[in-house]
Amino acid sequence: MWWRSASFILDRNDNLLQDDSVPKAESRMLSPPSSSMAETLHNPNPIPINNISAYYQTRAAHHGVVTSDWLAQAQAAVGHDQDTLPSDPDSSRNSSSSEKPFSVIDEFNNWRKQPDLAEAVAAIRALASVIRSSEATTMMELQRELKTASDSLKSWDTTSISLTAGCDLFMRYVTRTSAVEYEDFNAAKSRFLERALKFGEISYKARKIIAMLGQDFIFNGCTILVHGFSRVVLEILKTAAQSKKVFRVLCTEGRPDRTGLRFANELAKLDVPVKLLIDSAVAYSMDEVDMVIVGADGVVESGGIINMMGTYQIALVAKSMDKPVYVAAESYKFARLYPLDQKDMVPALRAVDFGVPIPKKVEVETSARDYTPPQYLTLLFTDLGVLTPSVVSDELIQLYL
Amino acid sequence: MDPRRAPRTVIDPKVRQVGFFAPPDRAQSVPLQQTSDSPSSPPLSDISPSGNSISPVMIPPPRHLSDVSSRTIPAGFAPNRLLSPLQRFSGESIIPVGSYNPSEFASPSVRDFFEDKNARSPGPRRSRGLGESGKFASSLPAGGFELPPEVKPKSLTTVSVVSNLQTNVTEKAGDQSNDSHGANSKPLKEKLSKAERRALQEAQRAAKAAAKAEGNVGSGMSTKSVKSSKAPTQKKDTASIATHEKRGGDRPIDKDRKKEIPHPRMQFDDMSRVEKANKRAVVKQTEVRNRVELFRHLPQYEHGTKLPDLEKKLFRLGSVHPAVYKVGLRYLAGDISGGNARCIAMLQAFQESIMEYTPPPEKALNRDLTTKINTYVSFLINCRPLSISMGNAIKFVKTRIANLPLTLSESEAKQNLLSEINHFINEKIILADKVIVRHAVTKVRDGDVLLTYGSSSAVELILLRAHELGKKFRVVIADSRPKLEGRLLLRRLVGKGISCSYVYINGVSYIMDEVSRVFLGASSVLANGTVYSRVGTACVAMVANACGVPVIVCCEAYKFHERVQLDSICCNELGDPDAISKVHGREEINHLKDISNDENLQLLNLTYDATPSDYVSMIITDYGMIPPTSVPVIVREFRKEQIWI
Repeated sequence: MWWRSASFILDRNDNLLQDDSVPKAESRMLSPPSSSMAETLHNPNPIPINNISAYYQTRAAHHGVVTSDWLAQAQAAVGHDQDTLPSDPDSSRNSSSSEKPFSVIDEFNNWRKQPDLAEAVAAIRALASVIRSSEATTMMELQRELKTASDSLKSWDTTSISLTAGCDLFMRYVTRTSAVEYEDFNAAKSRFLERALKFGEISYKARKIIAMLGQDFIFNGCTILVHGFSRVVLEILKTAAQSKKVFRVLCTEGRPDRTGLRFANELAKLDVPVKLLIDSAVAYSMDEVDMVIVGADGVVESGGIINMMGTYQIALVAKSMDKPVYVAAESYKFARLYPLDQKDMVPALRAVDFGVPIPKKVEVETSARDYTPPQYLTLLFTDLGVLTPSVVSDELIQLYL
Repeated sequence: MDPRRAPRTVIDPKVRQVGFFAPPDRAQSVPLQQTSDSPSSPPLSDISPSGNSISPVMIPPPRHLSDVSSRTIPAGFAPNRLLSPLQRFSGESIIPVGSYNPSEFASPSVRDFFEDKNARSPGPRRSRGLGESGKFASSLPAGGFELPPEVKPKSLTTVSVVSNLQTNVTEKAGDQSNDSHGANSKPLKEKLSKAERRALQEAQRAAKAAAKAEGNVGSGMSTKSVKSSKAPTQKKDTASIATHEKRGGDRPIDKDRKKEIPHPRMQFDDMSRVEKANKRAVVKQTEVRNRVELFRHLPQYEHGTKLPDLEKKLFRLGSVHPAVYKVGLRYLAGDISGGNARCIAMLQAFQESIMEYTPPPEKALNRDLTTKINTYVSFLINCRPLSISMGNAIKFVKTRIANLPLTLSESEAKQNLLSEINHFINEKIILADKVIVRHAVTKVRDGDVLLTYGSSSAVELILLRAHELGKKFRVVIADSRPKLEGRLLLRRLVGKGISCSYVYINGVSYIMDEVSRVFLGASSVLANGTVYSRVGTACVAMVANACGVPVIVCCEAYKFHERVQLDSICCNELGDPDAISKVHGREEINHLKDISNDENLQLLNLTYDATPSDYVSMIITDYGMIPPTSVPVIVREFRKEQIWI
């Protein structure tokens, strides 16, 4: 994945920085999340602006405009092996509660720095290394260690759906093996590790599988509307472009992290005709669109998706104009959540920069994501296959029960 | 009317009418039709038209039927041949709609009943019963042609029908006499002229009037009134439909019923079968006179007639264990209501009876205990139709009995069963409720206004738990006559300090604007996501959906059922019609007091309705929060994992 590698970023940083007119705002967003992160869970109402979702912060770091912070990290990543990366300040602070010789959070943060590695995959790899470095001598001990590790990962960022779901699925997949019953400890441990690595591998390959499945839906001459920056969607489009399909892409500019700009940039590099529009122009241009493809932060039990702010309104517009809405999401994003409406979620907040000072009395909606109910979605491209929304619950029940 | 019901309505000669209808109109319309026909025309041609002309909704007959009648039937035999397939379906008015599997509901008495039939049925007819399981459209014409000559419909003789009415015997007896007249009745029918037919109509009308007078007199609760009160209903049938209905004769068709597994649910508009079932029944029940046409297939008995009768019999009913007997009486009296309460009471009664049970010598415990349970169940059905949850629980008990290892000693086997049943009660009902509460409480936020309808035990637990957790919310309880179950819930919630509002269901559309969540209980959730629940639930769910309020249904997984049901007609329970015609303590509005026996007044007190899954946002069950589309997954996994295979 050459276009996401750190060296590529370094090569391109000049013209990217030209695009970026508000580097200061971005670097403010990159400030470490406040320690009151856990409190937001129990307190849905207050919106202190410093309660920024770590998940969206990471996304901003990966897909947003490249900042000096990010460049520093990327440079470090180029120079060193992944495992020897210096842990960034917020991770060390976050893991301070669980001071151990080996911290799963540190490990996770190391993995997370890889821009093309999804957060859940990073978590899965971190958990696998928990098994590897474990000094437990009994099965129970190992399982308990894993449990605490995954719990600490989950509590590290409660707003990230894929992180929670990835940890849960890892626990299911790895610890539910018959090996636990009869083999001696070392054999069982290596079996655990094997399954953990396999699961990590499956999760890592998920994007490729989805790209293969999804590109069949792209036909010659079609116009595709995308929203935000989704690595899976990009992979689909790239696969389609490589198989010589001719299509056009409309990118919505997703404020505040300018993901649309970034996405359009990536597509332009693939020589795909691309047009950038602001998300308020979605309804205006929907009649020339043949399909909508979006990614997902999480796929919930109802078959609906939680995704970057604006997905819901695009789905509504598409539904009213009878355009298909496709969702590309890896199966580790399937979460046992069931939001009933938009407010029925753990809020994930992020700063919005309007470019002008906002009067004190004006409230700013800072939620980073919305929930799209299943009736507005046509199909989900997942590594389990192409599913209708109602099958999601079927898969979830089979995964979790 | 939606198209899916059309073929059924056409094929069934007893045209089901939507809503209420007035018998006089019908009586007039039939002769009208017939006089307009030329005497030589085949009678079939006036059947569907006349049937439809009665019905407020016109449904064209399926094309293949008319094709068959116009093309292939020789003139002489046309009436008989064409009628019999029709008649066959009138005999059994269940034509399966959808893929539902009613075997769980077939009471043992019903089962015995069918098996008797099978034993007596003659060989060559056997094949005709086979096509009945759903694809009647294809089997219909074939059935008409293969009809052997000896099964010519016999009972057209409306003369004999009239005599039946006058002597006040029930339809069953009428059929039998028809059979005996069979040989001469057929030629008689073919010779019927227009004038004769008219004479017949007159005779029927006279008979009806006579029987009606009698019915009004004999409204007492004695067993005599069973017959006298049944006559008018039946007479209504015969008067209006006699011309075609009687031709086929019910009996030979009944014999056709083959060993169909699954057994259909008892259809109470099939008089002959009802008669037989009544003979076996322990409980003598008085049929309510005027039943709504669309709901004839459901049992409806006069309230209060069963209890005294049963009490008298307490010591004569050797076959029913006293504990079961007690539970049955309490069902009857309405002491126990609500799916969970009824189910637990029944299981505990079974436990008690199992504890005191000893298998007779030379009989295996597995076999004998199953028949025992079957008699108990049929007794309970007589007291009140089973709920779906009870059906599932009974199935569980029976499988557990059947799966008992033969090596177990008697006491071990009993112990095993008792603990299994205990396990079921604890895990599937009590613990399930706790899990549901845990899930549902997460959906209650501060400042919410929660609406619930009627009184559901699960919803009550949720509200109490949310209150315990210190959530600030308000409750709106919607309620409806005649049961007013919500009042008790209201009382308990207010007692706990929850702020509540109380509205009748008439006010739901008004109050829905301020509601943020609707929590509903369910009697059952069916495989297509349809929620089968207290009547009125569908209305509340639809209003909520229209207002964009999420509807949350709370239902334990043991109440899930793999049947598919599209409406609330084919399977329901009728309550006491007096309950809706009278308002206690309000003498000034009891306008229906003296006309409740009027033939033109039909009171419909439904107990359940079906809420389509479109109106349900979420189902909370012991397996978590699932969309209604995932009910079949739960049903599938639930079975695989444990109980009934």
